[in-house]
Amino acid sequence: MIDIQSLTIVMPEITLAVVAFVCLIAAAACGPRVTRHIGVLAIGAFALAGGVLFCPERLKHLLDGALPVFAFGTQFVDDSFGRFGKALILTAASLSVLLSWSYFEKTGDEKPEYPVLIMFATLGMMLMVSASDFISLYVGIELQSLALYVLAAFKRDDIRSSEAGLKYFTLGALSSGLLLYGISLIYGYTGTTDFVSVSIALRQHMLTNPGIVIGMVFVCAALSFKVSGVPFHMWAPDVYEGAPTPVAAFFASAPKIAALILFARFLLTPMHAMAGQWHQIIVFVALASMLWGAFAGLAQTNFKRLLAYSSIANIGFILVALSVGGREGLQSMLVYLAIYALNTLGAFAVLLCLRRDGKPVNDIADFAGLGKTNPGLALAMTVLMFSLAGVPPLAGFFAKYFVLLAAVDAGMLPVVVIGVLSSVVGAFYYLKIVKLIYVDEPQGAFDPLPDWGVRSVLALSALAMIGITLAPSPLLDATMKAARGFIG
Amino acid sequence: MDSFPLLSVITFLPLAGAVLVALLARGGDCKTGVKISLGIGFVASLATLGLSAYMLHLFDPANTAFQFVERAVWIPAFNIAYIKGIDGISVWFVMLTALLTPVGLLSIIGGVRTRAKEFVIALLVLETMLLGVFTSLDLILFYVFFEGVLIPMFIIVGAWGQTKTGYAAYKSVLYTLLGSLLMLVAIFVTALNAGTTDMTALIGNPNLPPHMALWLFLAFFVSFAIKTPIWPFHTWLPYVYEETPAAFVVMSGVMLKMGSYGFIRIGVQMLPHASTDFAPLVIWLSLIGIVYASLAALAQTEMKRVIAYSSVAHMGYITLGIFSFTDQGFDGAMFVALSHSLVAAALFLGVSVPFERLGITKTARYGGMANNMPRYAALFMVFTLASVGLPGTSGFIGEFLTTQGAYLANSWYGVIAATGMVLGAAYMLVLYRGLFFGPSDKPDVAAMKDVNVREMAMFAPLLVLVLWLGIHPADFRHIYAPTLDKVISDYQAHIQGDTND
Repeated sequence: MIDIQSLTIVMPEITLAVVAFVCLIAAAACGPRVTRHIGVLAIGAFALAGGVLFCPERLKHLLDGALPVFAFGTQFVDDSFGRFGKALILTAASLSVLLSWSYFEKTGDEKPEYPVLIMFATLGMMLMVSASDFISLYVGIELQSLALYVLAAFKRDDIRSSEAGLKYFTLGALSSGLLLYGISLIYGYTGTTDFVSVSIALRQHMLTNPGIVIGMVFVCAALSFKVSGVPFHMWAPDVYEGAPTPVAAFFASAPKIAALILFARFLLTPMHAMAGQWHQIIVFVALASMLWGAFAGLAQTNFKRLLAYSSIANIGFILVALSVGGREGLQSMLVYLAIYALNTLGAFAVLLCLRRDGKPVNDIADFAGLGKTNPGLALAMTVLMFSLAGVPPLAGFFAKYFVLLAAVDAGMLPVVVIGVLSSVVGAFYYLKIVKLIYVDEPQGAFDPLPDWGVRSVLALSALAMIGITLAPSPLLDATMKAARGFIG
Repeated sequence: MDSFPLLSVITFLPLAGAVLVALLARGGDCKTGVKISLGIGFVASLATLGLSAYMLHLFDPANTAFQFVERAVWIPAFNIAYIKGIDGISVWFVMLTALLTPVGLLSIIGGVRTRAKEFVIALLVLETMLLGVFTSLDLILFYVFFEGVLIPMFIIVGAWGQTKTGYAAYKSVLYTLLGSLLMLVAIFVTALNAGTTDMTALIGNPNLPPHMALWLFLAFFVSFAIKTPIWPFHTWLPYVYEETPAAFVVMSGVMLKMGSYGFIRIGVQMLPHASTDFAPLVIWLSLIGIVYASLAALAQTEMKRVIAYSSVAHMGYITLGIFSFTDQGFDGAMFVALSHSLVAAALFLGVSVPFERLGITKTARYGGMANNMPRYAALFMVFTLASVGLPGTSGFIGEFLTTQGAYLANSWYGVIAATGMVLGAAYMLVLYRGLFFGPSDKPDVAAMKDVNVREMAMFAPLLVLVLWLGIHPADFRHIYAPTLDKVISDYQAHIQGDTND
């Protein structure tokens, strides 16, 4: 007894799942020689899923997409908030596949499973974004995580990659345990796993019960692990450093988007009545992430580790937006997520462009003299770094601007001042890279740039950082609609 | 007024030039590439100067409202608009920026030996940012340009700095970034309380709660104090002057005025009460700055640092004049701002003449240059005297008026400010004596050739303006005076309106 309504709602996910399975069988049957074809298919599948997601026929069926609609009872929700998140995730996933275009060919680890795993991880993220029940939440997270564990260890002969995979798996399993324990407490005290019912139950009774607070804290800790918020961030620098660079780029973008949107759903639907309790947790994690991300980043010499700390600091800003809640908070969170994901993917693309004697470079010091050896790449990197530092007129400034504006509006002035000061500290390491590029002497020539895949991601990212400043309205309108769809 | 967006064209013309340079000229140290970049740079900056002069011609001094106003939608969701416009105050800063950029480009030819193409690009981007600051009438737009200055500044100070450690670049940029981010928080609070970031609305109606206005002023103050710089926020400036080629320091003469401009536009016009409350603090810091920087200038052994500290001292006169809240003080501050941009640029270009020939910055390594470089010695004399404040040069009028204004506010202020004038004469004349007089006993110094045609071309416009400002100031004053009178009468109306209530 499957209802058409539910199938219509999950049609984008079904599309992606079907293509992923077909690709999996093809990969198993044909081996490494079809890797490229499967990569093309994966990007096609992401585009197709995005097309189905925003297909006017489908939306018309779902009350024009104006209100949230539920599928399979209350397991799965489709609203404009989730649709925006899915669009971002699909974009980030497509760009990550493009980034890996020739990477594994050069390292000799070309395996057709790579795009397939990205597709399954993306499917998991789409489920996370639409989860409206603790069961579907858990299923989504696990589907995503299992694919990501394998991706982290994708260069299985490489000791660092294997280490990254193992570390990620161990800590990921721990956080899943925390998550399940928290969920079971919440279920035990409210008698339901459905977000809306939990919210109603909490509003009616048991508001101050310590058991439910502990459950909420456990779930918050597990989700902080997923978004790598301090003090649950320890895995991120090691995993970024060890994982193959395109995988690290993927880690820094799409899973963060999915986990943060899920975090927002968890805090603002079932836990809405407990805002007084979770607000301080989120503010603490936000402050700790901004400060630690800024200060610890100063000491890094490996560019991927630096980007890991940079993403921790950025997550701090996003959590500030989340702690504001409300429509303004959510909107600024989505704006930040979109700009941050594009910006970070661009930074990884620069790293992927640089090879010396056939070997990828990973050290910050390797950027020395890029302004002389490759002015175009240097210019793009400068734009991306100044944007990450939050210097106007680049898009990164507006991301921070909207978050801080929402926070000031909510009366969180001390948090804003600390955030601002930490971003001055963080600016130092972005400036350090610009300085290396333009001031220091090059240490020998780089190999020719890789194919169009990486370069197009880089160009898109750098141009977006300027384009969003010139025409911010499309992004702001879309995020406004998304935030309205959730908060109303 | 016709609908031609004159201010936007003026602002973005240098940026268009920079894009053209980036696309057309070959990089590296290719000779033709440098020629093409400089050519495009001159065309773009001279066109900007021409348009600015045309704008000055159309400008109606009697009209104290903003002119050439452009409004466009930018971020409607957050009520942020693209608003541009100028009044009698900002029109001069636009003119100065437009004038000094071609001079800076000229000094690239001798002063920047590596990657001149990239320098031209950075300088043109810097010009756009500066013009943007002075013509923006929305706080957010103002902020975007204000902080956008940091990008070309970091790259120039870092990439063309002498020591290559990047210390000066980090220090100046992180320091100013700290200040401007505090300003950003203040802008948030203003935006949320007043409901708009439109400066034309905020200026007419500065109704912010008093306790909040104090904090806002403090945040804006730190930002502008670092930019200006006011003692004790000045420590980044000597490093930048010491490290960077003259082409950038010429521009930084206007860059520092972003702080003075901010004090008038946001301090006095938008937060009049808080400005009054903080005036004694700002005045004392300015006075300490004048005396301290003058003494520090006396103690310097490197000529570039002398000019740097002399800049800090002169910027002290500007803030002193503004915060004395007298007609003379305002008038004088505006005049010092005009004069200092020209004189500081000229002095720095001046000390760069022997530096570019020999690469030495120690004053003691020079001497007797009056013998083999008479034209240079004469030029430098005029600018030295202008810096000292000799009547007949642009320096005199501004320093005299600010000191007078300070005296009217409090006689002690006037006395201390006057001390600075004496000290100013001392350090400039000591520098002049060290460079130009004495025996020509150093063979490399004695062998230097006098200033060439290119260098004369750099000094010529500055020389003409410095003397013109000094001999017939009314030609310049009549443009800004009505606006300035309006600013101060509005200010007094606000303060008195408040006490009468």
